[in-house]
Amino acid sequence: MTVDSSNLVMYEEEFERITDLLQRLRVDASAKIVFLVDKNGQQIAGAGEIDQVDTTSLASLTAGNVAATDGLARLIGEKEFSILFHEGRKDNIHISIVGQRLILVVIFDERSSLGLVRLRVRKASADVERILVEMEAKAQEVGAADMASPFAEITDEDIDALFSE
Amino acid sequence: MSFINYAAREINVKIVYYGPGLCGKTTNLQYIYEKSNPQQKGKLISLATETDRTLFFDFLPLDLGSVRGFKTRFHLYTVPGQVFYDASRKLILKGVDGVVFVADSQEARMDANVESLRNLDDNLADNGFELKTIPYVLQLNKRDLPSAVSVEEIQRKLVFKGEPSFEAVATIGTGVFETLKAVAKQVLYELRRR
Repeated sequence: MTVDSSNLVMYEEEFERITDLLQRLRVDASAKIVFLVDKNGQQIAGAGEIDQVDTTSLASLTAGNVAATDGLARLIGEKEFSILFHEGRKDNIHISIVGQRLILVVIFDERSSLGLVRLRVRKASADVERILVEMEAKAQEVGAADMASPFAEITDEDIDALFSE
Repeated sequence: MSFINYAAREINVKIVYYGPGLCGKTTNLQYIYEKSNPQQKGKLISLATETDRTLFFDFLPLDLGSVRGFKTRFHLYTVPGQVFYDASRKLILKGVDGVVFVADSQEARMDANVESLRNLDDNLADNGFELKTIPYVLQLNKRDLPSAVSVEEIQRKLVFKGEPSFEAVATIGTGVFETLKAVAKQVLYELRRR
């Protein structure tokens, strides 16, 4: 275990780059919402009408969905199912795995199509993956300089204060 | 695996409530949900069967406030306790930062407690964690039941590393926040250590 066991750390610069990427994907794929989650259910970034949905729940359920599907894949001897697609009456969800640890979620309606979404997702995934690799390299570098955790200086009082109410 | 987001200045951690079937894991989350301020909590999601048994997980996001300018967001999960849902339990432990083991104090459930703890050990190991080192708290639930065995007896069976343990009656909230606070503290200390 290498990347999976480490903490994910994201800095301002990568956050902006990823958000830009998701915004571009949203436009290119004519989607309503584009959303990036990690496999543990933490939301990372999003674009589009994200204030219309409960993004925290969306992130957690997506991760649960992917985890269950991964389990199914292994049961039948597949490494993973890299794409999941849920078709609804109006809205559809396209879910794909990026760089083994992130999940890209695209929600779209009749203004787009599965083919277009798949095409655009493929290109965007490669870009997100590149940023992810850089992010990990940076976290390691900064981590080596002992700066990775904002909690390094945390005191017992800081922690107690969280529960004072 | 915590997620530190410098852009949004927040840190996300994952706590999992583990334990045998019907020990009160979901009840813990329900109580926390009821008693938390609306601005602190997100939706409580329960993926349960028609008879309200947890099928996959319950999920409750909770903001505990700020530490050093970083918002602390705790994602609380429960696992399905029933023995045959083991594959799901393993999945939910992925990326966990801290574990609460909810033990059922009733005498008839002692074997189930021990089996579930052993199962936790195995499933953590499969996810690359060690029960011995992960932030961990023991909750002795259902202390109000007449068939509850003595605290000393359960501790003798379940305590293995001097972990903090709390007596609880989750249905009325006794011990629920004490348990959460204890595990959250350990997780934050662990973050400081890394």
